[in-house]
Amino acid sequence: MSDIKSRVVSIIIDKLGVEEAEVTIEASFTNDLGADSLDTVELIMEFEKEFNIAIPDDQAENIQTVGQAVTYIEEHAK
Amino acid sequence: MELKRVVVTGLGALTPIGNTVEEYWNGLISGKSGAAPIKQFDASKFKTQFACEIKDFNVEDFIDRKEARKLDQFSQYAMVSSSEAMADSKLMESDPNKDRIGVIWGSGIGGLKSLQDEHENFLDGDGTPKFNPFFIPKMIVDIAAGHIAIKYGLRGPNFATVSACASSSNAIIDAYNLIRLGKADAIVSGGSEAAVTIMGVGGFNGLRALSMRNDSPETASRPFDKDRDGFVLGEGAGALILEEYEHAVARGAKIYAEVAGGGMSCDAHHITAPHPEGLGARNVMIEALKDAELTPEDVDYINVHGTSTPLGDISETKAIKDVFGENAYNLNISSTKSMTGHLLGAAGVIEAIACILSIKNDIVPPTINHFTDDPEFDSKLNFTFNKAQERKVNVALSNTFGFGGHNTSTIFKKLK
Repeated sequence: MSDIKSRVVSIIIDKLGVEEAEVTIEASFTNDLGADSLDTVELIMEFEKEFNIAIPDDQAENIQTVGQAVTYIEEHAK
Repeated sequence: MELKRVVVTGLGALTPIGNTVEEYWNGLISGKSGAAPIKQFDASKFKTQFACEIKDFNVEDFIDRKEARKLDQFSQYAMVSSSEAMADSKLMESDPNKDRIGVIWGSGIGGLKSLQDEHENFLDGDGTPKFNPFFIPKMIVDIAAGHIAIKYGLRGPNFATVSACASSSNAIIDAYNLIRLGKADAIVSGGSEAAVTIMGVGGFNGLRALSMRNDSPETASRPFDKDRDGFVLGEGAGALILEEYEHAVARGAKIYAEVAGGGMSCDAHHITAPHPEGLGARNVMIEALKDAELTPEDVDYINVHGTSTPLGDISETKAIKDVFGENAYNLNISSTKSMTGHLLGAAGVIEAIACILSIKNDIVPPTINHFTDDPEFDSKLNFTFNKAQERKVNVALSNTFGFGGHNTSTIFKKLK
């Protein structure tokens, strides 16, 4: 597992209170991991903080799965 | 329209002297102090370095960690005490009409710690706002009532009452009024407070309201003692299940006591100081007695506001003498804040529970920490100093007064 992916997974486990096995690359925050709209906003903020990036709102809307988050961060993290 | 009768069918308490109703009551009648050095933050530079904090409490014993972190401490306390009261009442086991069950929940301040933490985060950053999406719904005062309703699916009247230290008494009176008007079958009422924070202690110190007896925290809350020097900040929660009498009887509920009446008034005098002659306090007790259709001689016990401040204790005592006349000498009076400290918005409900259990058990909890008589107080009054007293308690009255001049008086009586 890449460093970015493992950090993303541990944030999701912490914030959504889910088991590591549930956090697959295809898993959707809202459909599979029990997040509501506020949880999703909080996750994005945590990713921004952890990886020192700014995710604009229009881009954040497209990050709905674990894989989409990892890909976005891999492309933008400094 | 004939008003309905309202009874108490469930109790919950999370207090500095006990984390359940049973522990709380045992603490009250044994004269236990909840005061100790502050553990929740480093208070070493504060004028007051002690408080009545909740002890041995791990929120994850009660609430899933993911949910718990979305709740300010005042809401966590609300969930714990309301759960105890709901379980005690067995209300949900009777498959009630949840459209007719409400929640009215008071807090003087609400999510103070959440406000403080978010502001600290902002100041630590570069000025770019990065506020957590849960910040506002954690902080706002009405959210505790919302969370309780969501947990049980209660779709009846739902709101918060805010009147500083009278908040949860206003919640109880509002719940009582709505049920007796037929607007609900039952209401979860009460209140919670979690202000033992940097801003809470610092703010009340700024007001010169707190005792600074740092060398002896457990004797600092000493209402009616000559050397009282301010209140001791407490935290916690209490809950009452108030229920329409016929509804409670129909489901075979255990009934603790009947709500006899409630009064509300304002001093209209000063933002923090009480009226020197206790005008608002006098009026509110008269109003409550009238509402309850009781006379001064019917009352056995007054759980006073009695915060252990130099002025407040005097004006309340004047008011009691005005209202009760010669009957004042037959009453038991006590300030359970001598043990619990002052739970601000949650004070009214935990003191209502003290009244309800004094009625149930025929025991009056004491005013502890009495060392020196103060000539300001009539020595013929029975303040139940230092030791609980057994006596028949048919009727008990609870006073709570809040900054802003808000006064409430609530009366409970044995079910007949």
